[in-house]
This record gives sequence, structure tokens and C-alpha cells, in this order.
Amino acid sequence: MRGAVIPVLVLALWQGLAAGGVFNPEVLPAPLAVAVRWWAYLTPDQPFDPTRDGFLSWLLSGEMVGDAAASLYRVLVGFAIGAGLALPLGLAMGASRLAFEVFNPLVQVLRPIPPIAYIPLAILWFGLGNPPAIFLISIGAFFPVLMNTIAGVQTVDGIYIRAARNLGAGPVTLFLRVMLPAAMPYILAGARIGVGTAFIVVIVSEMIAVNSGLGYRILEAREYFWSDKIIAGMLTIGLIGLAIDSFMTRLSDVLLVWHRGPDS
Amino acid sequence: MTPLITIRGVTKRYGDAGRPMVALENVDLEVAAGEFLCLLGPSGCGKSTLLNAIAGFLRPSAGTIEVGGVPVTGPGPDRGMVFQEYALFPWLTVAANVGFGLRIKGVPRTEIALRVERLLAQLTLSEFRHRYPKDLSGGMRQRVAIARILALDPPILLMDEPFGALDALTRSNLQDELLRLWEQFRKTVVFVTHSIDEAIHLADRIVVLTYRPGTVKRIVPVTLPRPRDVSSPEANILKREVTALVMEEQTRFRQQETTGSPA
Ligand SMILES: Nc1ncnc2c1ncn2[C@@H]1O[C@H](COP(=O)(O)OP(=O)(O)O)[C@@H](O)[C@H]1O
Ligand SMILES: [Mg+2]
Repeated sequence: MRGAVIPVLVLALWQGLAAGGVFNPEVLPAPLAVAVRWWAYLTPDQPFDPTRDGFLSWLLSGEMVGDAAASLYRVLVGFAIGAGLALPLGLAMGASRLAFEVFNPLVQVLRPIPPIAYIPLAILWFGLGNPPAIFLISIGAFFPVLMNTIAGVQTVDGIYIRAARNLGAGPVTLFLRVMLPAAMPYILAGARIGVGTAFIVVIVSEMIAVNSGLGYRILEAREYFWSDKIIAGMLTIGLIGLAIDSFMTRLSDVLLVWHRGPDS
Repeated sequence: MTPLITIRGVTKRYGDAGRPMVALENVDLEVAAGEFLCLLGPSGCGKSTLLNAIAGFLRPSAGTIEVGGVPVTGPGPDRGMVFQEYALFPWLTVAANVGFGLRIKGVPRTEIALRVERLLAQLTLSEFRHRYPKDLSGGMRQRVAIARILALDPPILLMDEPFGALDALTRSNLQDELLRLWEQFRKTVVFVTHSIDEAIHLADRIVVLTYRPGTVKRIVPVTLPRPRDVSSPEANILKREVTALVMEEQTRFRQQETTGSPA
């Protein structure tokens, strides 16, 4: 309850100032206007018409639902590609000195380049539309997953390996049944960072390379000076980001029931 | 009777060739089948090194180790190892930890379940079968580690200060339990400890090691009838004898520590 005090005060102040005509509404709209616009953005444009389509598809026909779906689709595909490449490479680099020495220099050079810096190249290679966006997102997801997977495998406690070898484990068993699960807390932490990065990158790439999605929508709103829609869109982006992060937290809680926590 | 484990002239040097640290020097030792042998000595005298060499985790710099007439070249499920740190797989439940060795051997699931249940019952772990190691006490974890090894039914148990991290009461319970299992399953046990009481309670023979380099200082047979009372007069006589031997090495250990003489 105490946590609600400050937001309510800020909103009240903002609403008061806006109602008093202190700001030009094209620059800073009133919070109520934003709320109204957010609702309009969420809900369907057309009234329900049972002869045309089903209730559910009507309910989900709002602009925001379509934008969110487009953005999440890109995050999902981009993350799947980025993490799908990072995981095996990270496992190899963590487990094998040779693989580490071969790949690490390249990784160290590429890793500090922000995914955003790939935008010109992405457009040059893939044109406009989903492919460049997904390319950028997979780069954003790739490095966090890679770095954490390497660290996770490298820090596997040697005693688990000795215990497993003593119980008759060969190299493959050791890898799949000991190193992989032992590294899982790190890998999942990397996946969480990777999804977060992917979500940042999707917004940026939609502002540049695509004509749909949440990032595209707020940039489009700027062209019409719809500041209320810009903020409504930002709000949506924040809420979805929060939802993704809580989903990832929940997922690792489920997958890591056995785990003591980061300090063990 | 031919010994089950034969250790001949085993030397282990650590570090670089220029300035080697001799952990073990020329150790000769034989362990009979079914024997309970304790390796005793102050910390740093090479007990773990010797045990790890028998387990096949490290190769001696010189000398040979044979088990059942076959030279040891690597770890094997005929020599089950129990670590002081338990080394349970934290991502597996108690039952899955105990079944791990059978699982990777490809034993059918129904048979694994059967054997695991039997072992859990024998070690009074049944009600914890679905728990994860993090939710168990130290004593329980070590029980699981012992069950995990027994699941593969190895003739030899190698135990490296398995009860060293436990409180006195838990420790004494587990000692009794281990003796019960040892008698029931007729295992050969090589048990590392730095506790004289523990060695006298458990061992058929106590091997006292010297400190730096580690060699066999004396082998003390313990003929007290089992179950043993470690506070009996006979046990006390033995304790005094063994304590004197260990103290000599402990003193050398302190001197080396304080004078910093070459390792
Ligand atoms: N991997 C290693 N590298 C270098 N020195 C080691 C290594 N392992 C053990 N030692 C040294 O060898 C000696 C014997 O160690 P260890 O066998 O662990 O003794 P204990 O188990 O009796 O305490 C110690 O002085 C220790 O410092
Ligand atoms: Mg030791």
C-alpha cells in the first residue's frame, strides 16, 4: 500500500498541472487522456458484429494486441535463434580449452558492439521487414546467453565431475547429466538477460526497419503529434517487459527448485 | 590369502620438477578383502592423495596400485568413493542421486526403482526420496552419498573423512550405521580420518602416516571385539599408543609450519 503513495501523488500533480493548462497537450498530455487513449488502443475499433467474426477474434482485433503480437513474435524468433546458437557454442567453449582458445578472441571483439550498431548492416543485408529485425534481436540475445553459458560450464564444481566419473560416467554422460544441469542456473540467468536485451532491440528495430509492432506505433504517433498515444504505447511496452521478466523469473524458479540461490 | 588392494612403492610428487612437493613417498600397503582399514594422520600428510590414487583420480609419480590383481588406470565403479563434501548432485532428488550410477549403466527403470527403494529403506531415507540435497542435513546427505555408492554394489568403499563435517552425535550414529552396512554387505573399506577415536571405533587395522613426505609410519591392528566401546580400558591403552604416534607427526607438522622448512 505504501508503495502506491508516490505514484498516486505524481499522477495527481501531473493531472492538476495538465488541467490547469500549464503544458501544451501536444507536448505533455494529461494522464487521464493517456488512460483513455490506452484503452482505445487496446480495444477493438469496430463494434462487435456476430455475422462477420467470432467474439474472441473481435476482442483481440484492437491495434495494441496486433502490435504486441508482432513485437513478441520477433522477440521469440530472434531469441530462439540467438540463444539456440549461443547455447551449443557456450557449452563447447566452457567445456573445451581448445574451443575456448579458438573462439574467444572473436567473441571478445564482437561482444562490445551494441546490437543497435548492426542496424545499417542489417538493412543492407536483409532489406526491410522482419528479417533485419530478427537478425538484430538474435544478436542481442546471443551474447548474454553465450557468456553465461561459458561461465556456467567453467565454474562447475570439480567434485561433481569426480563423483560422476566414480559412478561410471563417460564423457557424454558427464556433459549431459552433470555439466549441463550444474551450469543451468547460469544459463537461465543469461537467458533472462538475453530476453531483456531482445525486448530492447525489438523496439529499436521496429522504429527503423519495420512497419508494425509497439516500437513502430509510438514513432508513428509522433508524426501526428499524438503524445497521449506515445505515452500509452510506452506504458504498454513497460507492462509487457515486466510480464516477460516475471515469466522468466517464474520459469527459472520452476526449473531450479533444487537450487539454493546465487550464493551457493 | 591374497590381498584385494596392493600398493607398491607409491610415490606422488606435486608441483614442478624443479621444486617438487613430495606428498607420498614409497608407500607399501596391502588391504585384505573384507577388511576395514583406516588411514590416520594429521592434515596434509597425504591421506587424500593416497585414497585418490586408489580411486584412480590421480596417477602416482612412481609405483603401482592393483585391485584384484588388475592395475588401476582410472576411476571405476568397483571402487565407490564417498567424499567429505558429500558431492551429491544438487539438481537430482535423493532417489535420483541414489539411482544415478544404475541409470547411466542402462539398468531398466523398474529395477532401478526397486533397488533404490530397498537402499533408501536400509538407510532410513525413504521419506526423503523426493527431496533435494539442499533440504537435507549433513548427516542425511552423507547417508544418501553412501546409498548412491552402495547402489552399484562395489566391493570396495573409499571414504575420505566422510563424517568430518558432522556434529559428534550424528557422526557416531553414522559410524555405527557404516559398521552395520559393512558387516551386512561384506565390503572392503579404506577410510580416511584424522580422528583417533574414529579410527579405533571402526578399523581392523590403523595405518598411521608420517607427515611430509607421507609414508607408512606404523600399522596398528585393532583386535578389540565389536561392537566396540571406545571408552573401555583396552581401547584407552590403544588410544594412548596411537595418539603418541600421531603426536610425533603433528609436532613435525607444526615445526615445518613455523620454520617454513622446504616442502
Ligand atoms: N593438487 C595438488 N597440488 C599440489 N599440492 C597438493 C595437491 N593436492 C595435495 N597437495 C599437497 O599434498 C599434501 C598432501 O595432501 P592431502 O593428500 O590432501 O593430505 P590429507 O588428505 O592428509 O590432508 C599436502 O601438503 C597438500 O598441500
Ligand atoms: Mg584430505
